[in-house]
Amino acid sequence: MKKIIAQKEIDVNEEGYLLDFNQWSKEIGEALAAENDITMTDRHWEVIDYLHDKHQKEEPLSIRGIKKSGVLNVKEFYSLFPGGPLKKSTLIAGIPKPKSCI
Amino acid sequence: MGETKVKKMLFILSKGTIENAYAAFVMANGARMEGIEAEIFFTFFGLEAIQKKKLEHLHVATVGNPAMHIPTMLGGLPGMEALATKMMKKEMEKLDMPPIGEFLEILSDSGCKLWGCKLAVDMFHLKEEDLIDELDGILTIGDFYGRADQEGTHLLFI
Repeated sequence: MKKIIAQKEIDVNEEGYLLDFNQWSKEIGEALAAENDITMTDRHWEVIDYLHDKHQKEEPLSIRGIKKSGVLNVKEFYSLFPGGPLKKSTLIAGIPKPKSCI
Repeated sequence: MGETKVKKMLFILSKGTIENAYAAFVMANGARMEGIEAEIFFTFFGLEAIQKKKLEHLHVATVGNPAMHIPTMLGGLPGMEALATKMMKKEMEKLDMPPIGEFLEILSDSGCKLWGCKLAVDMFHLKEEDLIDELDGILTIGDFYGRADQEGTHLLFI
């Protein structure tokens, strides 16, 4: 379905995840974060950079991966993206929601 | 998909086999990852999973477990449990499933509360220093029911 955000039209699935990463921009990420009551800081963007890097390398995301990432620890991850950190952060990053159970 | 009605999951882990510990941990972690609150109450043999000296030595049951497809007589041979457990751990590592100790750290950091059962701790004569540092405390079952303090709380016995 289509969605207008940050003055741009994007294609999203029924859960609001971007279908085409090429449509993503920092402004769109910021607007998606705001919809989820998250105000982006430099720390948030560092996490998004990490997610983009993993996505580009086609490496699956998991909470254990976050723990081993060296970017941030699990506690901080939960405090930066409350209410389901991987779910929220991938939505903001414009990449698919992870399929893993862990 | 609509919003889940589950707001809080309370798990009681009563068994000390590796597959049961992982069942509780995966479901508790999965809850936290969905923004659902989670707590685990370790009782009876479930306490093996939070004892510093024992938690990395949990085994899969090879006897009395038809799904293992090992004849009961063979399952009881020395070393069988260790072998089956080793194979299972190898498969888990491939899926990036953390070992028990690391999983407990992740759960604790995720905000999942970890409780020991008072009755079982007394029964097995365990001391605080025997249990993991991440433990949030020792509760009676009554205290644990008290943790079910909101609509949409579910309690699961494993």
